[in-house]
Amino acid sequence: MGFFIAQLLTGLANAAALFLVASGLSLIFGVTRIVNFAHGSFYMLGAYVGITLMGVLPGVLGPHFGFWGAIVLTGLIVGLAGALVEIVVLRPIYRAPELFQLVATFGVILVVQDLALMVWGAEDQMGPRAPGLRGVFRILGEPIPKYDIVLICITPFILLALWALIAKTRLGVLVRAATQDREMVAALGVNQRWLFTGVFALGSALASWGGALQLPKGGADLLMDFNIIGPLFVVTVIGGMGSLPGAFIAAVLISVLNVFGVAYMPQSTLVLMFVVMAIVLIVRPYGLLGKEEVAGEHGQSGAPETPIRPFGQRGKIAVAGLLLVLALLPLVTQPFALVLLTDIVIFALFAASLQFILGTGGLVSFGHAAFYGGGAYAAALMVTYAKTPMEIAFLFAPLGAGMLALVIGWFCIRLSGVYFAMLTLAFSQLVWSLVFQWRAVTRGDDGLIDIWPSAWLSGTVPYYYFTLVVGVLGILFLRTVIHAPFGYALRAGRDSARQAEAMGIDVKRVQYVAFALAGALAGLAGGLFVFAKGSVFPTELEIGKSFDALIVVFLGGVKTLSGGIVGASFMAAVEDWLTRLHYWRLLLGLLIIAVVILAPEGIVGSARRLGLRLGLVKHTEAD
Amino acid sequence: MNILRSLLAAATAVTVLSAPAFAEDPIKIGDINHYKRMAAFAEPYRKGIELAVSEVNAGGGVLGRPLEFVFRDDQGDPGEAVKIAEDLMTREGTVMFTGAILSNVGIALSSFAKEKNYLYLAGEPLADTLVWKSGNPNTFRLRVSTWVQAAMLAEQAAKTDARTYATIAPNYSYGTEAVEAFKANLKRLKPDVEFVDEQWPALFKIDAAAEVQAIEKAKPDAIFNVTFGADLAKFVREGSDRGLFDGRGVYSMLTGEPEYLEPLGEEAPEGWYVTGYPWYDLPDGPGKDFVAAYEKATGETPKMGSLVGYTMAKSVAAAIQKAGATDTASLIKAFEGLEVPSTPVGPLEYRAIDHQSTLGAYVGTLAVKDGKGVMVDWEYKNPVPYMPSDDEIRAMRPAN
Repeated sequence: MGFFIAQLLTGLANAAALFLVASGLSLIFGVTRIVNFAHGSFYMLGAYVGITLMGVLPGVLGPHFGFWGAIVLTGLIVGLAGALVEIVVLRPIYRAPELFQLVATFGVILVVQDLALMVWGAEDQMGPRAPGLRGVFRILGEPIPKYDIVLICITPFILLALWALIAKTRLGVLVRAATQDREMVAALGVNQRWLFTGVFALGSALASWGGALQLPKGGADLLMDFNIIGPLFVVTVIGGMGSLPGAFIAAVLISVLNVFGVAYMPQSTLVLMFVVMAIVLIVRPYGLLGKEEVAGEHGQSGAPETPIRPFGQRGKIAVAGLLLVLALLPLVTQPFALVLLTDIVIFALFAASLQFILGTGGLVSFGHAAFYGGGAYAAALMVTYAKTPMEIAFLFAPLGAGMLALVIGWFCIRLSGVYFAMLTLAFSQLVWSLVFQWRAVTRGDDGLIDIWPSAWLSGTVPYYYFTLVVGVLGILFLRTVIHAPFGYALRAGRDSARQAEAMGIDVKRVQYVAFALAGALAGLAGGLFVFAKGSVFPTELEIGKSFDALIVVFLGGVKTLSGGIVGASFMAAVEDWLTRLHYWRLLLGLLIIAVVILAPEGIVGSARRLGLRLGLVKHTEAD
Repeated sequence: MNILRSLLAAATAVTVLSAPAFAEDPIKIGDINHYKRMAAFAEPYRKGIELAVSEVNAGGGVLGRPLEFVFRDDQGDPGEAVKIAEDLMTREGTVMFTGAILSNVGIALSSFAKEKNYLYLAGEPLADTLVWKSGNPNTFRLRVSTWVQAAMLAEQAAKTDARTYATIAPNYSYGTEAVEAFKANLKRLKPDVEFVDEQWPALFKIDAAAEVQAIEKAKPDAIFNVTFGADLAKFVREGSDRGLFDGRGVYSMLTGEPEYLEPLGEEAPEGWYVTGYPWYDLPDGPGKDFVAAYEKATGETPKMGSLVGYTMAKSVAAAIQKAGATDTASLIKAFEGLEVPSTPVGPLEYRAIDHQSTLGAYVGTLAVKDGKGVMVDWEYKNPVPYMPSDDEIRAMRPAN
């Protein structure tokens, strides 16, 4: 019994930091509709700023005021930083296509990572102890650290304070109004800009308090930002996007569950969290306390889209010319250029498959890496366990990924918008954690190695041609589908599900098929990848991989057909060049932010606009 | 006085200018590492390499040419690492590549080296499989393996009365290998031991309070720990608070390495028996000379990574010198049985049988002095007695 109670208390104490961070994310999302990937960075900043202040303030204010004052001050400082980020980075791009902002927040992550490394150095820092709270209370004979009890007591107060702020103040009224219908709020004469900035600052401050409050139980390190993203999104989604009490319940649920998971199934702690999330979302698609998403914005924001057309004569010639150059390249260039190009073609195919469901289908998937990595693993498992020849194993990549997409899609397709995104994220994390922890089959992070192509394809040049042919065929296939009636039906469902259904299109079924197709083609890219590198590891299934694809699609231009391909080529080339430099993440982050601000329609979209203005491109062939 | 000083300065300038005036292009080595993701280890490692390179070049370089390392960041991603290796070998003109900390990146690079017939020297990756089960002719490894470090700790554990053990290790290859090795060695030395609890927190995502409670519940006599980095700090703090370590022997991998020990500060867990690097306590000799040279060159105290990077670069120089050429076949032949006479830990050999170097490990007990964790009663142990027999290795290693 004592052990049980002790575990419960541990779970509750762990929930404190998680709830603070998640409530910030939830608030920001509720009001601004921004899925803030950089929220973990503010959590990390909170920890570092907190440690620094705790080193200085207690000398001035005495131990108690120093410690707690440092925590309060951390919130102010990081809140200001959050406001700055909002004003400089996000404000210029609110009018950009939905979810475009998440690319910018990804840029912020990269910048903060390198800045933190510059300022605080590489070494992990141990958090200072809370004054007077060292040691334990004995509860039913079990030791419970005093600081845990403090955390357990603080959390409900914060929830209450936030609730009062939202329910009882004028600011709260505005926040609630904006959460429901931000255009109406603007129409009523409320200055939305400062409301957004204020909420973003408050959210960042909450995240930083989470980081600072956990210091006596841990410390600050440079991996904190990514490590919290998984649990953070799980909590927000289980609780319901935008719901504070939901975030609280979910944080407690996940933390307590985790503690019991450690005690009773220590090898599967990662899987557990995502299984719970998937179950909750299948039963309650909008989270425990979330409300169904109101289709506030009919269709898409921004200017109406130009109708798509297949390439005109000039376009076809240009593409044929490009392909010819690519095909002749091995005659003139050095081997590494071919290796890089192979990578670019693979990445472009992966991005194109995401763009297919995202741009044409309007389904924003945050978990596309599940199919890319899934395809790679399907082929690699065949080679490892069945000694399948490469030619046959390769076919299992699109097949396996397509099957996986059929299973995952069956659950996800029922949802739309950000809930769809979150459920795909949950499933991809589930796949990742399975591969990571099911060591008997997948060898965990040891990965599957020695997956090299057959003799006739080994060598840089033959494999380059193989990749080029398969990749180009895959991309052409996607374009053909987009211009076929099926693609038209898919777009109809994206632009207005109601009207499409009235026309007799089974929107959900069309989307389901498109999702499976995109999954299979991502798997094809994964198959190309695994034989190019000779090995596959769970990193290919990580959140980061899904984000990579998302970012290049948005960077290239989500409302264009070739955005994914152009974005992928741009990104791969830039990364290859930048990673040679010491602070390359800072530069890459700044570059991403710059592109986002200067070209909010993506590279292709903005180039097209420029071309139209200069009269270089006509409307009819503008893609 | 002033004239004398400027004359001296001019003379120094002339020697500095003339020293690197080699007639030929440098011999380039590529180093691929997680310079950002594992900066705490990788930065000192890089500085160690740079120190060794400057010493080698001050002494005339190798084969009359200067040695140069090209450093590249792989973000801890095995696929990226393989791409960079290809880039280094085909575009950058490096003659071999080194690097990696994470074992999975090391394994990917090793498989790649074999496929393309390049030479890969793994400095840091600890996985046993790199030289044994997945060993291949194109891969060599400097650092003492997981098996050996765990065996050294098990030897000490076997001397005590503790009969029941709990283990805690990050749930990835390094953690599982370490636990298996510790169990196998301890059971061999003391057949009646019992392992009553195993904890497997996800790497860098430990829920320390829950882990501590779970171990406490099993009431083991002693604990074997493999967590490191931020996980270790949290585990130590929760464990000390809740009295987990009171009256229990703890045997811990890597905890004595400055990378992981220094962040613990005065909370370093006293009495733990650990592997590490007691640079502050070395007797006069090559080890202490290295510490002095490193401090002079960088203004920092050395970490384990510094020692690994330095020794690795010195090994590379010795191998090239012995090979007399820079093609892969000659270099592999040179590395087999290569003796590196003067390293900070004394002479080293790269064994022909499994391509593993004979770099050993420092083991000792943790204590706190002047608010800092240090290793006391430490000794440097030769790894060879702890390795499997030659026959066992031959059976494990795929046909060379």
